[in-house]
Amino acid sequence: MIAYLGRRLIQSLLILLGVSLITFALLYLLPADPVRQIAGRSATPQTVENIRQQLGLDQPFVVQYWHYLTRLVSGDLGRSYIQRSEVTELIVSRLPASLLLMAGAILCELLIGLSMGLIAAVKRGTATDQTLMVASFVGVSAPQFVVGLLLLYVFAVRLSWFPIGGYGTWRHLVLPSLTMGILGAGWYARMMRSSMIDVLRQDYVRTARAKGLARGAILFRHALPNAILPVIAMIGIDIGIFMGGIVVVESVFGWPGIGQLAWQAIQRVDIPIIMGVTLVSAFAIVLGNLLADIIAPFIDPRIKLR
Amino acid sequence: MTSASETVLAIADLCVCVRGEESEREVVSNLSLTLGRGETLCIAGESGSGKSMTALAIMRLLPQPAARISSGAIHLGGTELTTLDERRMRHIRGNRIAMIFQEPMTSLNPVLSIGRQLTESIEAHTGLSRAEARQRAVEALTAVRIPGAESRLRQFPHELSGGMRQRVMIAMALALEPDVLIADEPTTALDVTVQGEVLELLRDLQQKHGTSVILITHDMGVVAEMADRVIIMRHGSMVEEGATSDIFARPQADYTRELLAAVPRIGKRRDPDSALAPSAVASTSSSPPRGEGGPQGRMRGPSAEHSVPVAVVNDLHVRFDLRGGVFGRVNARVHAVEGVSFSIAPNETLALVGESGCGKSTTAKALAGLVPYSGDIVVGGRNLSGLGRDERKAVRRDVQMIFQDPYASLDPRMRVGDLVAEPLVIHGIASKEERRERVAALFDRVGLSAGQMELYPHEFSGGQRQRVCIARALALRPKLIIADESVSALDVSVQARVLDLLQELQREFGVAYLFISHDMAVVENISDRVAVMYLGQIVEMGTRDQVFSSPRHPYTKRLIEAVPVPDPARRRSRFARLDQEIPSATRRIGEAPLKLALSDVGNGHLVAAEG
Repeated sequence: MIAYLGRRLIQSLLILLGVSLITFALLYLLPADPVRQIAGRSATPQTVENIRQQLGLDQPFVVQYWHYLTRLVSGDLGRSYIQRSEVTELIVSRLPASLLLMAGAILCELLIGLSMGLIAAVKRGTATDQTLMVASFVGVSAPQFVVGLLLLYVFAVRLSWFPIGGYGTWRHLVLPSLTMGILGAGWYARMMRSSMIDVLRQDYVRTARAKGLARGAILFRHALPNAILPVIAMIGIDIGIFMGGIVVVESVFGWPGIGQLAWQAIQRVDIPIIMGVTLVSAFAIVLGNLLADIIAPFIDPRIKLR
Repeated sequence: MTSASETVLAIADLCVCVRGEESEREVVSNLSLTLGRGETLCIAGESGSGKSMTALAIMRLLPQPAARISSGAIHLGGTELTTLDERRMRHIRGNRIAMIFQEPMTSLNPVLSIGRQLTESIEAHTGLSRAEARQRAVEALTAVRIPGAESRLRQFPHELSGGMRQRVMIAMALALEPDVLIADEPTTALDVTVQGEVLELLRDLQQKHGTSVILITHDMGVVAEMADRVIIMRHGSMVEEGATSDIFARPQADYTRELLAAVPRIGKRRDPDSALAPSAVASTSSSPPRGEGGPQGRMRGPSAEHSVPVAVVNDLHVRFDLRGGVFGRVNARVHAVEGVSFSIAPNETLALVGESGCGKSTTAKALAGLVPYSGDIVVGGRNLSGLGRDERKAVRRDVQMIFQDPYASLDPRMRVGDLVAEPLVIHGIASKEERRERVAALFDRVGLSAGQMELYPHEFSGGQRQRVCIARALALRPKLIIADESVSALDVSVQARVLDLLQELQREFGVAYLFISHDMAVVENISDRVAVMYLGQIVEMGTRDQVFSSPRHPYTKRLIEAVPVPDPARRRSRFARLDQEIPSATRRIGEAPLKLALSDVGNGHLVAAEG
């Protein structure tokens, strides 16, 4: 187990290094000039050049990247070009909101997706099954900003059950979580359905029925843990998809998380923030996958971490 | 124990229908039977005879929604089961009628502990507390002779061998002392030595509890060993019913006679021709034999090259590395094949027998070039390890394989004619028209018609598919065909015909066979020489008569003794019991297994010293 974690840790660091290199290179090649953004339109060429030197942006790519890496090792993500504060501080102050949103979204998608999939599998071939699968398809294909605006209109504007936007109480959390969760719920419903149908065909389910167990015991004790395994592996990957969604959803709902931060930074070519958010997201994805892999043996004793 | 005075279960005019694509098909027709208290009733028949469907119908576990009981009645004591609602039926399942299935590897839930799976049914049917249920579970495991029952409760199915898992299934089924136990092919997936133990266990427990047993099997040996009464089924109908001794001694129906005739028996070769074939193939010592050739009295090709062995395997090792640790270093090895040596002469059938995990299939794969190996493999006088890629491909043409599962080894999206032609295409042999002609000739030769070349694999029966595989193996006119459990998945009557075909083809083409099987009776029927493998090594090798008439190694003796004899008069009171499970072939680095030395006990009969 410790050897396994050690190996995974080394792998994770290599992944993060790769992500940082690719992102840094992409930003370097970007035609937009961050210095122009900082200096403003009326600045003289001299001022622009000064700022460029000050930020070290006149240096060759390799040197810039090396500087960035050496600071990164000591936990320094640099200073924002525009906001004039440490990127680490900005991210740390906004991360809790995003994590909360993510937790809410995962809860939504698991609750909705897994139960939809379970019901559809049990009612396979019936009208219920078909309705649920059409619904999941809609969930998968509807763009998040549309879903978000729709939910806002119905539940916030018309029904006034939830606030229109902002951050603070659990009521603020419901609509953004739902918006993010619906996409994943669609995926999970479909995965869970096929996984469950497969499991219900297995010999051990027939054994369980031959033992005279009640329906609930067969479904939840015998079938569900087996069916959920592939879904758990998905959750790790899902965090990556969330990171994309979070930018849109936080903007729609005015949610003060790192997605909003990233959105603002991208508009103003604020490279340190973009780099910082990207690395934090990559870290979250790596961590999510690792967690999914660590959880799996607790459900399936056949899986050994090696 | 045969006092069938009191009827426990009675089936009257049972019909089971399965909904097909167009219409409903009857898979069980007007079946009536009774089962007395303490009686063992065997339902025997080949695949598609409706025997398993009958069992599932009794349990009301027919696959939904396709299959249903269309008419008839099933009485358990005074209760009519076909009309019972699901809730009350649930109370019968596991409690009054228990069932065990064919596949112990998949019949237990992989994510639940043995203890949980045992106690849950006890808890579901009795008012016992969890602790009491646990106690009952330990008793049940002890009753099926699982050592260390208490600690087994915490284990998971994958930590147990197939035989152990089937015992757990039996413990689970009998823990609640049901009136009826339905065992659907309970030993088919097990090795022979384990099969004997499980059958004996079933018999013991049945006598102790007075349970009535319905044993479903295709194996007439098992029938003879276990049954008080037999029902022979075919195409969903009962063909014959009677006391076991009567069925075997005086079968009435033609089908029963055919079925019994097709059963391979040790000591009776079906092939009259080969009775003349004494075993002159004694390949003395482990060095490559000079090979006096195959059995005499057989047809020979005109060439005199039979003095050169088709294949020589010398000191073959196959090991698989297991990795672990931070840097994924090799920390253990599976010693699948350890120093195996043998040779096969043209026109000869060498059988490789042994139980699962003994390395017989790995040996075959190495010979076919499918796994990396060390040691020498010489095919047609050329050592494979010294050859380049192209030369090796050319040599490989001489070695072809036929696998166990004919369906899985044929691409379902290709026409069978193309499948048979494929080896020719791969090796760039013959023009398109010539290939067609050759394939048509092959189809004709293996008992299929050339018109069937355009069909797909799913349009054939199991036996026909295996014929397609044989045609494919023959396409390149190989010198050696490796048949890896090639008839194991077939019904006995089909099996007999495929074995006949293989022998005919040998006489005609002079091809040699490496015949790999776990079935001692089949091996005895087809082989010229036999090599017995155990834990990756050959423990005994000799001619068929040497090995079967005077087996020397204790493992060989046990293998032969364990085979159920299809003759109720020769029923054994006790099976040879295996004291422990076969040890694992996985070893830590540096702990190589002890190499067995084979010594000649006369006329090339090689036997390993007892280790």
